[in-house]
Amino acid sequence: MDRETVMQQGLAETMVAPPLSPAARRRQLREKVIAGVITAMAFTGIAALVLIIVFVAKEALALFLDAHAREEASLAKMFTPQVTRVGRPAGFVWQPVSSVPKVSMIPLFIGTLKTTAVSMLVAVPVGVAGALFAAEFAPRRLRELLKPVIELLAGIPSVVLGFFALMVLATFLQDLFGFTYRLNAVVAGLGLALAIVPVIFTVSEDALTAVPRSYREASLALGATPWETAWKVVLPAAAPGILAACVLGFGRAIGETMIVLMASGNAAIVSASLGDSVRSLSATIAAEMGEVVVGSPHYSLLFFIGVELFVFTFVLNMVAASWTKKVLKRLTGGAG
Amino acid sequence: MKNFLKSFLAVFLLALPVVAQAGTVTVKGSDTMVILTQRWAEEFMKKNSGTKLQVTGGGSGTGISALINGTTDICMASRPMKEAEVEKLRGRFNTTGTEISVAKDGVTFYVHESNPLSSLTLEQLKGIYLGDITNWKAVGGPDAPIVVYSRENSSGTYVFVKDNVLGGEDYAATAQTLPGTAAVVNAVSKEKFGIGYGGAAYAKGIKELKVNNVEPNADNIKTGKYPLARDLYFYLRSKPTGEAKAFIDFALSPEGQEIVKKVGYFPVK
Repeated sequence: MDRETVMQQGLAETMVAPPLSPAARRRQLREKVIAGVITAMAFTGIAALVLIIVFVAKEALALFLDAHAREEASLAKMFTPQVTRVGRPAGFVWQPVSSVPKVSMIPLFIGTLKTTAVSMLVAVPVGVAGALFAAEFAPRRLRELLKPVIELLAGIPSVVLGFFALMVLATFLQDLFGFTYRLNAVVAGLGLALAIVPVIFTVSEDALTAVPRSYREASLALGATPWETAWKVVLPAAAPGILAACVLGFGRAIGETMIVLMASGNAAIVSASLGDSVRSLSATIAAEMGEVVVGSPHYSLLFFIGVELFVFTFVLNMVAASWTKKVLKRLTGGAG
Repeated sequence: MKNFLKSFLAVFLLALPVVAQAGTVTVKGSDTMVILTQRWAEEFMKKNSGTKLQVTGGGSGTGISALINGTTDICMASRPMKEAEVEKLRGRFNTTGTEISVAKDGVTFYVHESNPLSSLTLEQLKGIYLGDITNWKAVGGPDAPIVVYSRENSSGTYVFVKDNVLGGEDYAATAQTLPGTAAVVNAVSKEKFGIGYGGAAYAKGIKELKVNNVEPNADNIKTGKYPLARDLYFYLRSKPTGEAKAFIDFALSPEGQEIVKKVGYFPVK
């Protein structure tokens, strides 16, 4: 009780503003200016992002407004099977440079899906297991070595990883699995995994180390083994952070261009086999943007692909965010 | 977009005097021609130290776009300009451009060196690239699927093969597209049942196929006997003047044409 009154008094004292000296006033002004500059910078970043989105969307919008583009690349042509050669069954074909452009998005979706799926299937277990090892089991010395080394991997330019996948990985995997096509979804997916493992590892590791020590101590005190503690207590407690890591990794995988461009073979095929060549959305933009005539339907189409990629990542982030909220609620027993 | 272009143009115009002062000529376009033009540029700059030449690739389409957008002085192209591109150029600069044929090249088809085939007909090549023929057995080779390599659609070679081999039809969807002839050669040299195409200059470490039993050599390409010979062009917005003219004159001189042979292409004269 006494203490509280003292505190309140203390508060009240600071609330009564003493007359400011000129020096203090100047300091206050400086603070305000600095805060203003920082706010302006933050808003510049956001404004740049918004402007980019507006620009990309505007270029893509021509697809729906321009009569010529609407005829050449209608939504029906993008998403439903079209007869591409006389006497052949209708199919999904991406051939935008042609006397009759074929603009089906389906093979590109499938390509992106395949490479991303392969890379996530490899990178999530490796990244999370690595993080769990580093956070829970590794001796301190090893951990201090492991973390920077893996983070260094994130600094390798993707063109180098792509070249590695193209020259080394492709030959190795073809010898191993006997792929008909040397460059295929598996090669590109594994190349991508190299790029996203560090992302998943780093963020997961941070999430795992952030789990309060008391959780571990309580679990161990109750007789759980270190493995049980790591698997059943620490990992679920860090689940939101690990999910965020996976979403970041996914975002990188879906947008990564150079590795896929170099190692996937870039053939827009509709097939279920991972041993076939694939053409991803991002690689399509990169490969074709250099040549298109500005303002043509093909040009708008490439921007439309950009919008699609943006929408994918955005939706995924939203889903992940709401899921994280649910998990958090469950973990804190609905109290938080 | 208009505003973007305007600001872009403004920046470009501001940069222009600096560029002109330094005596820099930019050359951009066909990946097939990059090595040749670089060799020319090196020799030319040795003699004319005041002039700087910047040579970059990207594909014939990229080069022509750059010419239309005014971001390059000379455009290298391994195909003639299309009607639509000439229209764009006229709209932008009120000129139809100047075309100068600087060398000749044969589009060569390659297979892995272990492939027993040494010749294919144009019909067979068409079948393979349209996706109608998918096994080497159908053209007299081993019983194995054909792995088809093609170029990205910004490439002049892509358009050339499409027009002259495929009769304007689309490539098979299974054709893998790679950036640059060097990438195609590299891929075919590693793919036992692969087939690819590109300029003759790059063909090393793999087997060149005869087309209709005609070998892609200098004589056959110069005389036009080889069915897939083509001209390599320089395009400019207007008649060449000053440093650009000096460079093109050098390329067409006997010395320049000697370089053409050394690089592996064929002289125009």
